[in-house]
This record gives sequence, structure tokens and C-alpha cells, in this order.
Amino acid sequence: MSRTLTIKDIPREERFAPGHRMCQGCGAAILMRHITKAMPKDAIIVQATGCVEVTTTLYPETSWMHPWLHIAFENAAAGASGVEAALKVLKRKGVLPPEKDVRVVAIGGDGGTFDIGIQALSGLLERGHDVLYIVYDNEAYMNTGIQRSGATPFGAWTTTTPVGRVWHGEWRNKKDIIGIALAHRVPYVATINPAYIPDLYMKINKAMEIKGPKLIHAYSPCVPGWRYEPALTVTVARMAVQTGIWINYEVENNTLNVTTPVPKRKPVREYLRLHGRFRHLTDEEIEKIQEFVDKQVAYVNKLAGKEVIGPVEK
Amino acid sequence: MSAKLPSWKEVPVGAVILEPGSTRRYKTHEWRTLRPVIKQDKCIRCRICWMYCPDSAILELDKPYVTAASRKYEVTYDVDYDYCKGCGICAQECPVKAIDMVLEVR
Repeated sequence: MSRTLTIKDIPREERFAPGHRMCQGCGAAILMRHITKAMPKDAIIVQATGCVEVTTTLYPETSWMHPWLHIAFENAAAGASGVEAALKVLKRKGVLPPEKDVRVVAIGGDGGTFDIGIQALSGLLERGHDVLYIVYDNEAYMNTGIQRSGATPFGAWTTTTPVGRVWHGEWRNKKDIIGIALAHRVPYVATINPAYIPDLYMKINKAMEIKGPKLIHAYSPCVPGWRYEPALTVTVARMAVQTGIWINYEVENNTLNVTTPVPKRKPVREYLRLHGRFRHLTDEEIEKIQEFVDKQVAYVNKLAGKEVIGPVEK
Repeated sequence: MSAKLPSWKEVPVGAVILEPGSTRRYKTHEWRTLRPVIKQDKCIRCRICWMYCPDSAILELDKPYVTAASRKYEVTYDVDYDYCKGCGICAQECPVKAIDMVLEVR
């Protein structure tokens, strides 16, 4: 994929049926709609339990138009490995023609990937199965009622990190899933954001062409869990990129390429004030988050070899 | 909800769902308190509302439209009121503010 895709290149045909029960303004619904459009029509989706899974497949109905397999919370990656191995065997036995290339995609939420499914994911990446793993990250266990996960960022309110006299929201930092994937020396790792859809298409298209294990980390705003107005989903997602909280990049063969450069960053305060889950933060805590983001940006700039994410605009 | 559920002998083995995209049978319009209304004369056909809709409820139709300022467009964007949940992302993201959120009165 050499040409830059634009909004006009998005195919019109829907591959993800409406009528699913995801919340008003769900960020994951935007992601899933475009991920299914970007995939080949015969790709097999293996999905872990999570918000998207329980809201799209209420028996006897399904929103999916791809071959779709339900897998328990912890083993989407293991199931996808099995599907990929079975396809190889079917080709060897002559059931499938050897030139037929069926892509396998595993989709999991942040709980099913960062915490419960990390062992299966590590196994998939280590064994080198030809699978694309997409993690949609809404930064807590939203499906069961906003419990903290390994992806919950510092300071966030959840029902298991409440705000009161003793606790002040989550006190631990978010797990670096991209770093974990890169430690397995995988050929392709990327991050996507629902506010930057053409970028999502380029990354999924590229991942579909690459052989081997791939991980895509998707930012997925959650209206009830993050406590913001449904209409602000895309605004929140865009603000995350503009403040440097989220960086859209891809790592291909150990070369980091930032796909959405931000010449002038906004202060993180502007991102945090959009969320009800951050409303209790004090100035010192916001300063701490700003320092953390500055460090993350400096690290990415160093890997990219130039200043792609600029300094904070005053 | 259907009145009579199929017995275990009637459902497919492994409770496999054989009809792709069958959630279309379930209309989510009842969730809505505000309905988006597109002002066709103001719309510039940028496709942004269609792209950001989480429920595929903005339809891209091959229907020519001539605006009041006699500008001709080949496509028309319309709201699928069967599935729109009324989140308001389209109105929020519209660059020319051509979508109004109107209170739903039934």
C-alpha cells in the first residue's frame, strides 16, 4: 500500500450489520465497522468475550458477516492459532487449494488481552502464527461494569479504583502492550484510533499483506465507562492524539513510523477535562500525567529518529 | 421477542448462527431521544458523518440532488431512522453544521 488513502477510498458496502446493542456513540462500534470493511471478505474472525462480543451476537442473531468464531475470555489468541493451523492442514490434505489465502483475525478487548489473555497472546506471537490480533482498548472491563484492567491509565476512576478519602482513582500506570509485543520480535505492530479512519485502513491493509503474527492496538472510547457525552466520542479520540496521550504509529521490521504527526501538542488537561472519570484529579496529579506523557513522547521521538510529536503548546 | 422459542431439536448443532448480519431484524431506534436531521442544502457531501456513525445509520445513496444554490451532487446522505440510536456524533463532527439534533416526540 503505497498511496495514502483518503475518506473517499472507504468502501461503501457494510460488513458489520446495524441493530447491534452497543451503547450510543460507542467507539468500538466505529472501529469494528471499519475493521470489517478493511478485511478481505473471507477472513475468519476469532473473538474473545468482551463488550463487542456480547453486544453483537445475541442468540439467535449476529452482526457479523464474516466467518466468526466465539472464544472464551482468555484464549482468543489460542483459538486463532488453532484456526490458522487447521487451515494449513486443510491445504496439505487438498481440501483447500494451496493458493487460497485465508486470513485469520483475532479480536479481543483490553481485559481479554492485557490481563486474562496475555499468556495465549504471548504464545501466538512466539509461535509465529499468521494471525492479526486486534485489541480494542477501552481501558477497563466495561462489559461487566467498569472494573479496572491492566490498561486503565493513572488517575482514572473505575468501580474497583474508587475515589474517596483513601483512594484517588487508579494509582498504577497503563501496561505497555506494544512493548510486550515488540519484545516477541513480531514483524508488524501498530496503533489505530477511531478519529483517524483512513489511517486505520492503511494499517489493516498492510497487516493483511504481512505474513506472521501482528498486533494492532486500537483506542476505543467508552461512553458509560469514561463518563462523557455520547456525541463526544470522536472528539475525545482526536484529543487523545492531539495531547500525545495516544500516538498513532506503526513498527515494521523494527522501524517506527509515526503516522499522525502532531507538530504542537495540547496540554493533557484538555483531554482529561472531557472525561468524568478524571474529574477528581488534583493539579499535582495532572502534572504527573503530563510528565508521563512527555516521557512517552520523548521515547517515541527517539525511536522515530526525529521530532514527530512536538512540544506542548503554551 | 418472538412468542415461541425453537426447541433444542430445531436449533442448529452447536447453536451456530447461520444468517450473517441478522441483527438487522432488531431495530434500535427506540433508544433515541434526539433525532439527527440532515439539511440537504447545507450538506457538502464530505462523508464524515457516514464514516463516524457507529451504527451504520447514515446511508450513502446514489440519488442526485440539486441544492437551492443550484449546485448538483451525485450522492445524498440520509439517516436510517430504524437503527440510529441518536448519539449525535454526526452533528458534532459535521464541518458545516448541516445536521440538527431534534427532540424526538412520539
